[in-house]
Amino acid sequence: MGRILLGFTIAIVVGLILGYFIWRYKLIEDTLGFVVTALQSIPSIVWFPLAIIWFGLNDFSILFIVTIGATWTMTVNATSGFKNVPQLYQRVAKVYGSSGIHFLRTVILPASVPQIISGLRIAWAFSWRALMAGELLGGGGGLGQLLEMGRSLGQMDLVISVMIIIAIIGTIVDNVVFSRLERNVEVKWGIRKRA
Amino acid sequence: MYLTIDGIQKSFVNDRKENVKVLDGINLNVKKGSFVSIVGPSGCGKSTLLYLVAGLDKADSGEIRVDGELVSKPGPERVVVFQEAGLFPWLTVLENVTYGLILKKMPKEEAKAKALDVLKMVHLSKHANSYPHELSGGMKQRVSIARALVMEPDILLMDEPFSALDEQTRMVLHKELLDIWRKTKVTIFFITHNIREAVLLSEEVVVFATRPGRIKEIIPVPTMKDGVTPDSVTLNTEQRILSILQEEIEKVLKEEMGDDYSFKTDHLHRGDSGDMGSHI
Repeated sequence: MGRILLGFTIAIVVGLILGYFIWRYKLIEDTLGFVVTALQSIPSIVWFPLAIIWFGLNDFSILFIVTIGATWTMTVNATSGFKNVPQLYQRVAKVYGSSGIHFLRTVILPASVPQIISGLRIAWAFSWRALMAGELLGGGGGLGQLLEMGRSLGQMDLVISVMIIIAIIGTIVDNVVFSRLERNVEVKWGIRKRA
Repeated sequence: MYLTIDGIQKSFVNDRKENVKVLDGINLNVKKGSFVSIVGPSGCGKSTLLYLVAGLDKADSGEIRVDGELVSKPGPERVVVFQEAGLFPWLTVLENVTYGLILKKMPKEEAKAKALDVLKMVHLSKHANSYPHELSGGMKQRVSIARALVMEPDILLMDEPFSALDEQTRMVLHKELLDIWRKTKVTIFFITHNIREAVLLSEEVVVFATRPGRIKEIIPVPTMKDGVTPDSVTLNTEQRILSILQEEIEKVLKEEMGDDYSFKTDHLHRGDSGDMGSHI
């Protein structure tokens, strides 16, 4: 659990920062933006062989693929969130003298919150998958390891139950954390009626 | 003179990469505390001029000075009320109104008290803790006006602020805006395409010609001492502005629809295609 939280957090921070630069500078958008799209299409497990060579078969490799699995989607979502901030809000803020960090903090970031949340949601799903795959191959304990154990012992009941648990945890997190977050924002903004 | 606009030129590059002149040599002086409207056909550059005064855009040449100081960037002493309210949906009404004050580093409590005062002026103190989506269009525009007034600006720039509202709401807001103007003595620079609105509200109406945008005529609106202008005077001024604008409107329509178009009041269209059977 620690692995995914840490990896996920790093992915979000990196994604937001990259998203900011891609949004802000045309040159970076043309160069890095393209690379990000390309990287996004690589499934994170593909990075695993490289990670093993770089860091060895340990926790750090798993952390690496968890992070890299979520970073690119987060970047793409953050970029489009920033890009879609209405011109009107930006003009209003400038009229009242907002600029620099203050402008980012009080206008750009809050205005792109809906998109960022959906980014978080997808990023979470990606890192959860990456974590399972990583554990399955890399060991170091966890559900993936249990799955691998079930396979080698020929215990299909264990395998199936672990699969169910994986699905349940994934769903719970999505429902409890992200859906609720999304709903709160939508109600507050008036996009959705209070249920 | 308080606001001086001197020899402003501005052009844009359009989709076909052509240079289009939007404003051509605009000279205008506005007295402190006056209410000046700009009317003109759509696309005549009146909004562009407002953005230039606000400092949101840069002119190609010429300069704009407020109280002797050159305008180079947006500032809280020249706030804009846009056509759409543009309230931040993630902030409450009160937080929206205090946004500019807190930016100016005013202590929170003081800003709040001030915002509540202004909200009272636009009759919205009851809704201070609502979110913008809970308000109607007219209420949102009031909040947006309150947000501007709370800054105690030197000039209030209004870019067709009431054009998205229904007629009744607009009438109420006209009256309230006049009350506010008399109370605060703020200078108002008002853009509209509604001639009646311009005549009803302002002391001076600047009529714009189009393509490129120029000042065609400046028409003072006669007002009585008690502030109530008789309908006949209003109507006369309105007619006068309309007749000046007619030519410009025609020009725009001709450009958009080609030579088919002929728009003349009290005239029958005498084209070949419009033959009414005179040859029978």
